[in-house]
This record gives sequence, structure tokens and C-alpha cells, in this order.
Amino acid sequence: MSIAIRVEHLSKEYRLGVINHGMLYKDFQSWLARRLGRPDPHGQLGAAHFADQKDRFWALKDLSFEIEQGDRVGIIGRNGAGKSTLLKILSRITAPTEGIVRIKGRVASLLEVGTGFHGELTGRENIYLNGAILGMKKREIDRKIDEIIDFSEIEHHIDTPVKRYSSGMYVRLAFAVAAHLDSEILIADEVLAVGDAAFQKKALGKMNDLSKDFGRTVLFVSHNMNTISSLCSSGFVLDRGAMVFSGKSIDKVVSWYIKGGNRDAFESRAVWEDRDEYAGKKFSPKKLYLIDGTGEMVSEVARTEANLRLVMDIELREISQLLNFGIMLEAEEGDLIFWSFAKDADTSNVVLSEGINKWSVRVPCELLRPGQYKVTLLAGLHNQRWIIPPEPSSPSVVFGVCPGHGVSSFFDENRPGSIAPILEWRKER
Amino acid sequence: MSDIAKDDDGDWSLVIRPKRKWLDIDLREIYRYRDLIKLFVNRDFVTVYKQTILGPLWFIINPLFTTIIYSFVFGNLAAIPTDGIPQTLFYYGGTMLWSYFTSCLNSGADVFSGNAGLFSKVYFPRLTVPISKVFSNLISVAIQFGTLAVFYVYFAATGSPVRPTWWAFALPLIIAQLAALGTGFGMIISSLTTKYRDLRQLIGFGVSLWMYATPIVYPLSELTSRYPDYSWLMSLNPVAAPIEAFRAAFYGVGGPSPEMLISSIVMTAVFLFAGLLLFNRNERTFVDVV
Repeated sequence: MSIAIRVEHLSKEYRLGVINHGMLYKDFQSWLARRLGRPDPHGQLGAAHFADQKDRFWALKDLSFEIEQGDRVGIIGRNGAGKSTLLKILSRITAPTEGIVRIKGRVASLLEVGTGFHGELTGRENIYLNGAILGMKKREIDRKIDEIIDFSEIEHHIDTPVKRYSSGMYVRLAFAVAAHLDSEILIADEVLAVGDAAFQKKALGKMNDLSKDFGRTVLFVSHNMNTISSLCSSGFVLDRGAMVFSGKSIDKVVSWYIKGGNRDAFESRAVWEDRDEYAGKKFSPKKLYLIDGTGEMVSEVARTEANLRLVMDIELREISQLLNFGIMLEAEEGDLIFWSFAKDADTSNVVLSEGINKWSVRVPCELLRPGQYKVTLLAGLHNQRWIIPPEPSSPSVVFGVCPGHGVSSFFDENRPGSIAPILEWRKER
Repeated sequence: MSDIAKDDDGDWSLVIRPKRKWLDIDLREIYRYRDLIKLFVNRDFVTVYKQTILGPLWFIINPLFTTIIYSFVFGNLAAIPTDGIPQTLFYYGGTMLWSYFTSCLNSGADVFSGNAGLFSKVYFPRLTVPISKVFSNLISVAIQFGTLAVFYVYFAATGSPVRPTWWAFALPLIIAQLAALGTGFGMIISSLTTKYRDLRQLIGFGVSLWMYATPIVYPLSELTSRYPDYSWLMSLNPVAAPIEAFRAAFYGVGGPSPEMLISSIVMTAVFLFAGLLLFNRNERTFVDVV
């Protein structure tokens, strides 16, 4: 595979605060005062104290990476991590301060839909104008105009000035133009968060086609982990202008990001095995691990629709009628989500025998907010004493939850609430 | 492998570096975006008269009324002679050329501030914007020139002493010089105004004064005969020569002196070059300072 984009030691510096006074006469006064050795009339008080403090900051610092042709790369990071700056440099909107970028192939960048639309022009005229701004030739647009109009679903209003369009129509038209750009490399910011649900689905599908079917190289920035993981194959995480994690598998990257977002995150542990801690005890857990609906072991991250189950191998030496066991689920912020025990409902179901017992319990991850969770095994004699108490040292596994493919773009990861359940909705007659 | 590739940019279709050469204009790229220039011109033209009653008539209403006012104030009240040219032709021609110059200047000066939203979201050669403005302003000059021709025929038929010379064929050169001068000067301003906003105020006010330093409402001959010792000052105003040249070519009177013509052409070249230079410096980083 050949390299489509090579970025070497890329840095971008922005100056913070007052670049100049924005007024020539003020700059002139400052300059004159400095020449005469007087204090600057426009300087900030005590500015000399902070003279060598940083009034500059690096939006990107010494960033190097390579992207192969056909890669679909998701760029993840918090606000201010440098994602947009990187895209701006790659799209030649602003120049880097240091470093060099080499690109092979025509670049189409979509940092915004509808750039350059003019309200007085008709939909058709705007298709030509916007297409040309994005780098298309008139002949290309001629060839594709029917397809574009068709995709935008606004045939009837195509010769109406766009200022009369609803915002949804405007966005549909704008996306339709952008989606029909021919290029080897597609750079896109969060452009999919537009339009109604049906159009979003269509837009996402189009992005998928564009990136997958034609072997196009894609760089995609989004805050929506769901969109990222369905569109991209690999990715990297930016933090304060530097790449802090990258991976060939987007799921790994997303999972790292979900964990890395919190400094007090649990130590990752997908499987717990007894190391002679409980050996020889009457109730002795041997192994805890997670499986998904297909019975596959879950290594790090579960999707919300994964039908996750915790499997526990427990060796019993003595059966007590009072014995009960269960799980405790905690979120990474230390919030207790719930306790749940095997004998909560029908106790006759819980038949225990001496030797190895293999039990499993469904972990309702479709209720959980995206993030890191810890599930701990609990056991005790009812109303008498703990065998395995709810303590950090008790057997536990840690897993991450990210929104699944089934989640629509209406699902907002940052909604309030300690859980974010995806419930079944039904229309009643 | 990366060591080999380091100095060899031939394989790559695009190399982005921090700094560019002082003057690095990719004419081929601008040519590739010629459809965009056409569409910009089309946009400017179409949007001017959409939702107006008089439509493209506005292109001639402005100079027409200006001509009427000038004829009254300068022609009658102040009684400044017009070299024997009918006042309508004299003022209309001057206003037409002056407004072409100032509209090139203004659109050049507003390239960055007027397109900040566009420039911060998408790349295309930024020079396409001032180039398209030159052409969209040309449309209004063409329409105005058409009306001037009507007046011209009327006055020539009714016995006015206006006769075109062979120099009339140099009209495209006169227009081109005004475009280069206006755009060059405008680009210098645009690059300075991204840092200093108040300069824009100064320019708006300065340009209206500049008109009086240019033989628009008076003929050059009047100035040189009244103030012969100071007539060399006109050589410092690069706009004076093309306007006087227009009068000489179409009306057969007046005309710039050779030294005026030469200094005007030299200054045009300098302004255009300096404008391109500053524009080139600014276009890749101005997004960071708006």
C-alpha cells in the first residue's frame, strides 16, 4: 500500500491574547513609548512580570503520522485537542508553523456544508457555485447535477432562491453537493450532524459508500463515537496537540479514548482469575469473564446492544441454604449503579452443587452511559456475614461501554442522568 | 525510505510547508479554477439586481445622477471649464472610469474581511476573488460605456467638437491599467486591514478626497494653466494619466504628458506587485488573526 498522507513534525502555534491593538495609532503610541523609554500606554498592568510567560500556545506540537491509501481514519479528542487545526492545515486553510505535509491525490475537504451558498441564488445556481468553490469544474457539475438534485430530494424547489429554503432543505442541498465531489482523499469534520434523522441516515450511508466502495482515503473528525466507529477502520487520539494513542482498529482507539478521558479510570481487566486467594475456601471463585450474545469473550469494550453476560466459575465445598451471591456494578466516577443477587427472584431456580458451578448473569449494558464500568462479585450468608464483601479487592472485571451500531444519531452520549438506557418504544393502538 | 523521499516532492501532488517564497503564484491552479471565477462574476452580477425594481438599470442610474450633480455644481456654479467637451460627456466619462477604479480598489480591500467565513472553511486559490471582482466590475463599466456611446453619438450629431482618435482602440489598456492599479492598491490595503481595522476608515475617506486630486471634475489643462509650477504634482497621482488618456482618445482634447504617463505606468506596476506580494504573504495565515 502506498502512503496517501505523510505528516512530519507538524506544529501550529497560535498567539494568545492581544496580537496587536487592532488600531494603527495605538500600535504607534506603544512603539513611540518604547522608543522614548516610557511605559506602554496600552500595555497590561504588570505585563513585564509575565513577559516570558506563554502568550503563545501550540495547537499542534510535533505531530507525525502516515496514512495509507484507502485508510479510513477517525480522529478523536476533546475540544481544543487540535483536531480542527489539523484538518485546517491539511485542507490548506491555514499554514503550519513548522513541519511538512505531503499529500498524494486530490483532496476534498468538508469542514462545513454549504460554504459559499448565496441566499439570492437558486438551488441550481448554488450547486454550481458551491461545487466550484469545492474545486469541481463546470463540466463535472453538469454531469452530476441530476444526481445531486436527486440526492437532495428538493427537485421541486431547485429553481427557488435558497433563502426561501427551510434549514433542512438547505443542509440537504449542501450535503448533496459535497457528497458528489470526486477526490482520492476526503477530509470531513462533523458534517453529518445535520438534517433530520432520515437524511442523516442517508448521509451516513453515502459517507460509508464514498469511503468503502471507492477505496478512498478518509479522515474524519467527530465527537460521536458511534459515527466514528461505524465510518472508520483505524484512528488516533489527539490531546493538547499531540498524538497520544493510535491503533489499527478503531474499536481499540475508541475504547482507549473512553478510558483515557478519565484520569481515575479503573485499571483495565477483562478477565479475573483466582491466584490462590480464595483456594480451599467453602465459596471459592475461580474465574470471572464477560461474553457477548454470540458467546465470544469480550476483551475491552462492549457495545450497548451486545447482550453482555458475566460468567463466573465458582467452586463450592459446602452448601448452605443461606448462601447468596450477586454482582455489584460501579461506574468509573465511583458511582454505584446497582447490586443484584442470584436469589432476588425465584430461589428454587438457584440450585447449587458441590464442585465447580458455572453461572452467568446478564449485564444490562444497554442501560448504561458510554464509559468504563467495574462489575464485582459479591457473596454472603443471608443476614449473617459477608463471604466476599463489596470491597475494591473483591473479584471484579472492568469493561467499557460504547454506543452500538444500532444507536441513532439522536442518541447523545452526554445527556444527563446516571444511566442512559436505550428502551424499547412501541406504538399502542 | 523516508530519507529518500525527503527531498523528492515529485511523487506528491501536494506539499504543505510553513513558509513560501515571497511571490509564489500558481497561475496554472488559478486557470484550473476559471469556472469558479466565472461563477463568482455571475453571482456578483445576478445578486445585484435580484429583488430590485430597476434591475441592471442601477448600473447607469448612479453615474447619470452624479453627472447631473457635477454639471450643476462644478460646471455651472463653479464654472470650471471642460476643455470644450460637452459637460455630460466630460463628467459621465470621468465618473465611469473613477468608479471602476474605486470599485476595484474597494473589492480588493475587502477580499479578506468580506470573505472571512468562506476562507476559514474551504481552500481555493484566494486570488480568484480579486480577479473575479475585476471582471464583475467590468460588466458595469461595459453597460456604462454603452450609455456613454449613446450620448456620444447624440452630441457628435448635434455638432459638438468631439472626435475620437485612433487611440480609442487603446481603451482596453486604459481599463486594464485602472483595474491593475485599483486591485493592487486594494490588495495592499486588504493585507494591512487584517491587522489594522481603522485603516479601512481612512481609506474610505481618503478615496473620496483622492477624487479631487484627480482630473475628474476638472480637466488637467485647467490645472496646468492655473498652477504651472505645481503641475508636476499630477505625476504623483497614477490615476490621472489613464483618465486624461481616455479624454484624449475619445474626445480629442487634453491628454497626459509623457512623464505623467510613464510615472503612472511605473507606479501601477509597483502597486500591483506590492499588492500581490502582501496578498501572498497574508492569504495563508490571515485566518488565524481575524
